Amino acid sequence: MSNSPLTPGVVAHRLAPHVYHDNFTDVQPPLDRHEARVAADRCYFCHDAPCMTACPTSIDIPLFIRQIATGTPDAAAKTIFAQNILGGMCARVCPTEQLCEEACVRETAEGKPVEIGRLQRFATDTLMAKGVHPFTRAAATGKSVAVVGAGPAGLAAAHRLAMKGHDVVIYDARPKPGGLNEFGIATYKAPDGFAQAEVDWLLKIGGITVKNGVALGRDVSLADLKATHDAVFLGMGLAGVNALRAAGEDLAGVRNAVDFIADLRQAVDKSSLPVGRDVVVIGGGMTAVDAAVQSKLLGAQNVTIVYRREQGKMSASGYEQDHATSAGVRIVTNAAPVAVHGDGAVAEVEFAYTEDGPDGLKTTGQTFRLKADQLLKAIGQTLTGAPEGLTVTGGKIATTGAGRTSVAGIWAGGDCASGGEDLTVTAVAQGRDAAEDIHASLMGVSG
Amino acid sequence: MANLTTTFIGIKSPNPFWLASAPPTDKKYNVERAFEAGWGGVVWKTLGSEGPPVVNVSGPRYGAIWGADRRLLGLNNIELITDRPLQVNLDEIKEVKRKWRDRALVISLMVPCDEDSWKDILHRIEDTEADGVELNFGCPHGMAERGMGSAVGQVPEYIEMVTRWVKKHSRMPCIVKLTPNISNIRKPAEAAKRGGADAVSLINTINSITSVNLDTFSPEPMIDGKGTHGGYCGPAVKPIALNMVAEIARGRDTQGLPISGIGGVTTWRDAAEFMALGAGNVQVCTAAMTYGFKIVQEMISGLSEYMDEKGFTSTAELVGRAVPNVTDWQFLNLNYVTKAHISQDDCIKCGRCYAACEDTSHQAIAMSDERTFTVKDDECVACNLCVNVCPVENCITMVELPKGALDERTQRKVGDYANWTTHPNNPSVTAAE
Repeated sequence: MSNSPLTPGVVAHRLAPHVYHDNFTDVQPPLDRHEARVAADRCYFCHDAPCMTACPTSIDIPLFIRQIATGTPDAAAKTIFAQNILGGMCARVCPTEQLCEEACVRETAEGKPVEIGRLQRFATDTLMAKGVHPFTRAAATGKSVAVVGAGPAGLAAAHRLAMKGHDVVIYDARPKPGGLNEFGIATYKAPDGFAQAEVDWLLKIGGITVKNGVALGRDVSLADLKATHDAVFLGMGLAGVNALRAAGEDLAGVRNAVDFIADLRQAVDKSSLPVGRDVVVIGGGMTAVDAAVQSKLLGAQNVTIVYRREQGKMSASGYEQDHATSAGVRIVTNAAPVAVHGDGAVAEVEFAYTEDGPDGLKTTGQTFRLKADQLLKAIGQTLTGAPEGLTVTGGKIATTGAGRTSVAGIWAGGDCASGGEDLTVTAVAQGRDAAEDIHASLMGVSG
Repeated sequence: MANLTTTFIGIKSPNPFWLASAPPTDKKYNVERAFEAGWGGVVWKTLGSEGPPVVNVSGPRYGAIWGADRRLLGLNNIELITDRPLQVNLDEIKEVKRKWRDRALVISLMVPCDEDSWKDILHRIEDTEADGVELNFGCPHGMAERGMGSAVGQVPEYIEMVTRWVKKHSRMPCIVKLTPNISNIRKPAEAAKRGGADAVSLINTINSITSVNLDTFSPEPMIDGKGTHGGYCGPAVKPIALNMVAEIARGRDTQGLPISGIGGVTTWRDAAEFMALGAGNVQVCTAAMTYGFKIVQEMISGLSEYMDEKGFTSTAELVGRAVPNVTDWQFLNLNYVTKAHISQDDCIKCGRCYAACEDTSHQAIAMSDERTFTVKDDECVACNLCVNVCPVENCITMVELPKGALDERTQRKVGDYANWTTHPNNPSVTAAE
């Protein structure tokens, strides 16, 4: 440990080597068999269950929990995967407190929902640990589908299409498949290479070829894909990052939070990652929380999230906010960045207090400065490089029905497409549903 | 704190909580620990005739079923009567009784079905100063195959005969322990009474197989791949035991016969229910085997508190209080009409009442798009299933329709008490002329 949390600047090795391991291990340890059965027993097996309605992929939650309770976690996993092939990752990253667990009747009754997320992880981990892939492909159709993006939407679409007997080629710009599962979420949510293991397991269905390092618009055109495949699914996510539009944004020490998170995920030795002594994160979503918490876990002395609106409007859930504050992160709200100050590198960030009124957000004129040697921007991602000819509305590829774009033969889903929240589970649902629609369209089935 | 001192067939104990004849009362060491913990009495584990010691299996003796979080709900056992030498037991009984004068100590007996065997054992135990004997006509496993235990308890004539021998050769109070593995529990109780028994105790354990191992296909508990029916006990058997106790308490020929209630007593409340149905005291085994002897402290404090609340100054005021309310179906009031009512404030919208009623009952609960559940009074037969499956206590209640009110289901007004014996649909009714 050559440095400490108090060492000025953006430096690595702030903590003792073993501390990094503890800090980046599973944020929530898996349930063991007995814990799972006790947790499963709390499920009331509701009629037309509200949790199931709340799940974007409509997993039959009461059924899979009953299957766990009766000692058949593999059957439970099949129930989950039938609706959501990335059920393993969703069990780790879903904001369950805003979805199934919020709807759980035991949340109404006692404020303590059935631990649906952890139970889902127990079931999916149990089956995946056996290396068994529970689905087989239908007879080959002779059709070929191009999928752009190997993130949750693309993988879900590819799997469902392969299952239906189509051949699928996934084109992905990154060096590895997984999309945000691999590059975009906090390390402690999916440690031990889970994202890659999940992709490997998913691909066991067969019939899917993954071409990494191939970016749409750079290495291949939509016209090429249309010419060589019978249908195209676009699930390339949001590659761009919003700018602060504040003076000094180009100073050293100012980074996009998504890049910081991606570096963290890819780093084998977390102690080698440089982090500021005083880190300021601007934004109010999950990315801001993930970046802030991980800065703290890398040994930053002071980490502050600054959000321009009131706390209730942060898109990070209450659970995520609590996670941040319990990790020692300070959350400042109603403050918008005005300027980044420093001589070559960031030294301070200046904010103006804001008021959210009927005419929108206004700065009050009062300002303050936060000491910072690292500034992470987490103010949202944007669609870049959308192919010519597709209608884009509100910064997303416009879709109707099950992901149909304005151009026949091209579907889209996930963060790049309109509709739904930007969540892994929503992307999976959209990819899956688009695949069903593509299948129906290719096979001449009405629907 | 209410005085729990109980006198049962002349045997006094500081509380009505006795340990049943079973593994917990096998020897001085356990019994003294029980008395130290506060148990009012014990029935010493069954003694047999002098002779070569009883041989038990050396594999599992117990099987179980569990609820959530491995809460033990039912236990079964294939252990036999004591496997210790008779004289050792007799010496220990005497020593314990002398040391614990205020506690009840009853000896359980099981010997072959001939008068000499009973005369001999009664003679042997006379010197122990024990308070009484309990005749084990109940154990359904092992000893029954040798003509003892439930093999006797299933033949009322044998019960009467042996009880007569016991009363002839001993001045000790005599309790006859009954097996539930019989179709009409009143028959053996009547036989015991005819034979001169001072009391009956029930129920002994129920023939059972707790589970089957689906890999080895052997019943549990498994001994070298095989299993046999063992005696089932614990919380799961309590409803069966309560009914059998009540049947004897209200039986024409058995009412007034003292009863020691046994079968799944786990808490003070269970004990109070047995006593309300006519048991003068209770005997406990599985609860002690599950949690240890300390549970008696909760039983003592719980029963005391309950008695104080009710203003009962002695356990005798509780005993039998519910017996007059146990009746036959034919005497139930057919003009008692209730309707389920769902409290919308308490409802958590799980929909279990709806699924139960819609799928398996009378389609009497409506579900709105917003998951509001309401009872259709014109369909509700008041079966109570919705109350039973609702996870929220008192969310669904049965509301009685007052006399004269219209029952929307039958379109009839609620009338006076009337039962099946006078119902027009009853072919046995003879019109009053």
